[in-house]
Amino acid sequence: MSISQSQPAVVATGLRRAFGDQVVLDGIDLEVAEGSVFALLGPNGAGKTTAVRILSTLIGADGGEARVAGHDVAREPHAVRAAIGVTGQFSAVDNLLTGAENLVLMADLHHLGRGEGRRRAAELLARFDLEDAAHKSAATYSGGMRRRLDLAMTLVGDPRVIFLDEPTTGLDPRSRCTMWEIIRDLVAGGVTIFLTTQYLDEADELADRIAVLDQGRLVAAGTPDELKRRVPGGHVRLRFTDAAEVELAARALGGSADEDALTLHVPNDGSVRSLRALLDRLDDASIEVDALSVHTPDLDDVFFALTGRPSTEKENAR
Amino acid sequence: MSTRPMTTRPMNTVPHPVRDAATMLRRTLRHLARYPSMVIMTLAMPVVLLLLFVGIFGGALNTGLGGGTPGRGYVDYVVPGILLMTVGYGATMTALAVNRDSTEGIIARFRTMAISRASVLTGHVASALARTMASCALVVAVALALGLRPAADPLDWLAMVGVLALLALALNWLAVAVGLSARNAEGVGGFTVVVQVLPFVSSAFVTPDSMSGAVRWFANNEPFTPVIDTLRGLLLGTPVGSSAGLAFAWCAGAAVAGYLWARAVFRRDPRQ
Repeated sequence: MSISQSQPAVVATGLRRAFGDQVVLDGIDLEVAEGSVFALLGPNGAGKTTAVRILSTLIGADGGEARVAGHDVAREPHAVRAAIGVTGQFSAVDNLLTGAENLVLMADLHHLGRGEGRRRAAELLARFDLEDAAHKSAATYSGGMRRRLDLAMTLVGDPRVIFLDEPTTGLDPRSRCTMWEIIRDLVAGGVTIFLTTQYLDEADELADRIAVLDQGRLVAAGTPDELKRRVPGGHVRLRFTDAAEVELAARALGGSADEDALTLHVPNDGSVRSLRALLDRLDDASIEVDALSVHTPDLDDVFFALTGRPSTEKENAR
Repeated sequence: MSTRPMTTRPMNTVPHPVRDAATMLRRTLRHLARYPSMVIMTLAMPVVLLLLFVGIFGGALNTGLGGGTPGRGYVDYVVPGILLMTVGYGATMTALAVNRDSTEGIIARFRTMAISRASVLTGHVASALARTMASCALVVAVALALGLRPAADPLDWLAMVGVLALLALALNWLAVAVGLSARNAEGVGGFTVVVQVLPFVSSAFVTPDSMSGAVRWFANNEPFTPVIDTLRGLLLGTPVGSSAGLAFAWCAGAAVAGYLWARAVFRRDPRQ
């Protein structure tokens, strides 16, 4: 067979899936170039995990087609599985085995042979900083270690396309940074990464292209910069002690006031210069501010800009 | 196949069912080795049951059996029933182990790998067979120490191993299907009740003739009774009669049904 270099690593057209009468994916089209990082961004329940499960052959689609690494996921699942690696949101490690044994198990299932399997396990334990815990049961691992072991197990088979379903959800900030480093290293090695996340900064940090998923539909796609251009900058949130002050401030600064919460949202890019200007205007008008906080754009802002609704509405709607 | 990066390695595109099942068998045996308490539980429970029935209830039950066959103790009567309970107990462990696999996410990983699909299930059944046969051997050894006087020749022993293996195959494939279907460990409870309570309403501990009306009918017709009667016939040299054929039919039927059920559940999309 001949496969051109320009063939995308993942292509999906009109992918649909419903669970009972709940439509989870409502016809999505995706294309991920080989060797790139693609992020599927969306809140809980948007359908991200379902998309990964279909593309990784774990579940079937109700409609549409998908090809991964040049193979149809429905007709040639075995060939797709031979090319991919999947690290899910919930760790898929064998808790009763040690870290090293988990890796050797993967090596055996990839038919690597005894010596090669051990060498590969040792190499991955070192690379993922798990050497000290290599001979401890995986059940004793911390969240970050578990996630690293999970990813190491995925890499034993040298996959060309890696699916990472919310790789940093629930991790502490340091483990999160470690995970980002690992992902960047993988990309440098030439693999294609299909990532899902609910964090705009994560997608911005890692991805070449981002698609935003909302209630089973793609509402936007593009490079991180293209996407951010569509999202207005952050805002400053001011809190006051009484309604009269809120009204005065709204008159002086504009923005949207919430009389009940005694707060005012003013668009602001969060730079020192613009913050000083804002404070100067408050001073000039002799307005007393109780509290001030600066917000940089996050997933909620993206959603608000793209759909006119905050993302939190759909929490747990999977 | 070209050597371009997008192509998959040819060595992994052909399934290796035996090799993969052997890997999975090693995995489950390693689980046992890692948790000796589990092994001890598996081995000890049937022995405790045997001691209980022979040492505590034995005298009274033997009187109930009409004083038993002259020259034979209750241990002779009860061993086949205890062996059956041993197989049932082993299958319960299998259901729990399969359920733990499927609720912990490791099966999701196996499903997205280019391995022989059912190897993880075959591995569980193979290790259950090994575990169960070891338990049965221990039960027989303890029973001999308690005064069991078998009348079996080597061929009878071999036939007993065959009956127990077929029964284990049947109960363990059913256990795999139950373990895959259950949402959590509690969901396996129904299976546990069936394999551990049904033997009491059979010819395991007393003869069904001593039971009343409907219970007697049930005990005479439930699947465990012909299996126990066959084992008893082989062990003590009493006539087996039609039990052997019935036992084979029940076990083979359940093994095939269990296997097909497990395969169907495994092929279905996993739960959310």
